Amino acid sequence: MTISIRGITKRFKTFTALDGVDLEIADGELVALLGPSGSGKTTLLRIIAGLDSADAGSVWMDGEDTAGTTLRDRKVGFVFQHYALFRHMSIAQNVAFGLTVRPRDQRPPQAEIRRRVDELLKLIQLEWCADRYPHQLSGGQRQRIALARALAVEPRVLLLDEPFGALDAQVRTELRRWLRRLHDETGITSVFVTHDQEEAMEVADRVVVVNRGRIEQIGAPQAVYDHPATPFVCRFIGAANHFTARVTAGTASFAGIAWPSPEHHASADGEATVFVRPHDLALHTSAVAGAFLATVKRVHAIGPNARVELAAPGIEHCEAHLPSDGTSGMAPGTPVWARPQRARVFLGAV
Amino acid sequence: MYSPRTPRQLTEPAWVRWSLIGLALIFLGLFLVLPLVLVFAEAFTKGAAVYFASFNDPDAAHAIKLTLLVMVASVVCNGVFGVAAAWAITKFSFRGKSLLLTLIDLPFAVSPVIAGLIFVLLFGAQGLMGSWLSDHDVKIIFAVPGIVLATMFITFPFVARELIPIMQAQGTEEEEAARVLGARGWTVFWRITLPNIKWGLLYGLILCSARAMGEFGAVSVVSGHIRGETNTLPLHIEILYNEPGQYAAAFACASLLSLLALVTLVLKAIVEWRQARAQAQAAQLSNVE
Repeated sequence: MTISIRGITKRFKTFTALDGVDLEIADGELVALLGPSGSGKTTLLRIIAGLDSADAGSVWMDGEDTAGTTLRDRKVGFVFQHYALFRHMSIAQNVAFGLTVRPRDQRPPQAEIRRRVDELLKLIQLEWCADRYPHQLSGGQRQRIALARALAVEPRVLLLDEPFGALDAQVRTELRRWLRRLHDETGITSVFVTHDQEEAMEVADRVVVVNRGRIEQIGAPQAVYDHPATPFVCRFIGAANHFTARVTAGTASFAGIAWPSPEHHASADGEATVFVRPHDLALHTSAVAGAFLATVKRVHAIGPNARVELAAPGIEHCEAHLPSDGTSGMAPGTPVWARPQRARVFLGAV
Repeated sequence: MYSPRTPRQLTEPAWVRWSLIGLALIFLGLFLVLPLVLVFAEAFTKGAAVYFASFNDPDAAHAIKLTLLVMVASVVCNGVFGVAAAWAITKFSFRGKSLLLTLIDLPFAVSPVIAGLIFVLLFGAQGLMGSWLSDHDVKIIFAVPGIVLATMFITFPFVARELIPIMQAQGTEEEEAARVLGARGWTVFWRITLPNIKWGLLYGLILCSARAMGEFGAVSVVSGHIRGETNTLPLHIEILYNEPGQYAAAFACASLLSLLALVTLVLKAIVEWRQARAQAQAAQLSNVE
């Protein structure tokens, strides 16, 4: 199902949670709404579901305006961060709930409901727990039950609010892959909310970066990472060193380096910010052109990768990522020349 | 490593422990157990025959019936109102919510006698609605409706007060999940909300019924003490107590009221135990892995 979000605005008293958000989601897509807490991503998800209403704007599903339709007409599946399983019902009853509350004339017969529940429990590999109760299961198992329960009503769209937020790291990685596989098998249009960039990057077809109630950037994970559209995206997705710079006639100068920035050729001279990814910062033990002189503060080597923290006058915090075997001769205190290989220049101070 | 036995250096010396426990036991015995035993002892001073004869007295029998009727009426009404109030306060946000919360506590703060007087002022012959009521031949004060109203007022907070923290802790996620799955308002209430609060509700209802049976002050003001008509058990006991020669009968009725209280206490203990178990499960459920 396609979802079209047009000019959604939502205010809570004086706080603007969403400010004119537009978003198109294609049929069968798996989209991540990524942003820091308080950015409005969960509010947006709840508005798509119909759990909250927007102050302005509209949500269209398959070309139809959802205004005025009830929650049950929208046919969405919603997975809550804390699962929201019905604690007094068995797992089978939980999964069957959406089917058993249908009006009598639309309700499948008992045997059909049971068959459907078995099928779903098999899909999430938890057939054995049909007669258990939610409190007897682990967090990861509960979250899968919550997914099965949402899928039981054959929703047109699946919405997940921080689905793995309450789980420990290992279970989270496992469930991530599992969700991706499930999506590939069912092909159901899905939107999930996360504050974990790694999760968004790994699972989603497209990432929507949300900040302060606005969309900063929409794109494929790799594209968002490689071509951040705004300083916020630069800092939020992946690590980035930032330098204050001055742009003069298409050249950004920072830390004694003159970096060509032809796209700002026509703009007036002024302050700018330059972002350099830590793995785009090459370190040399002898002087090279286009580099700034820094001192090694600390070297953290974990397996094949090393993080080198640098100190340089006028630079708050700076680090470089390089292979562990490239750190020989970089004991703390030694001078190195750091040369940016790629950089993003944004006008204005951050 | 955790050891279930408290280390020696963390406990008080034996004589301190035993004297504190002894003090508590003496206090409990003097103030709770002894009076209860005395009530039953006094009731049986003239033998079992007189004891049971006290309940055969038509006025006593009527008082018992009226007390049970008032109890059932206020438990049913306050059950419905209490759930509605707790539901409104915990699942919705609206203007004047804190005012409503304060109002719910009003019966706890106001003296029962004043509660009774409020109803006399409202519905009594000289009251605000008195003439209208007498024109339409409706009797509230010095009649059963007044007693029910006064008792309901006194016992109103029990159910709501018990449910609000439970429903607040449970939040609205399960209800939202049910709604997204297509359940309508009533279905959500019967299948999700009610099962989740049932032990708390029962606990509130038991407290409410215990208080309803024992209410004296407010009922005393509105009842008019008409024997065989508007006398509840507590009022009946007072009348007998003040009448010469009815001493044993007064205590017989008092023992019955005490017995009813003990039954509710046992029920309350059972419900508390079940509730604790349900809460332990819920706590396990909301534990972050």
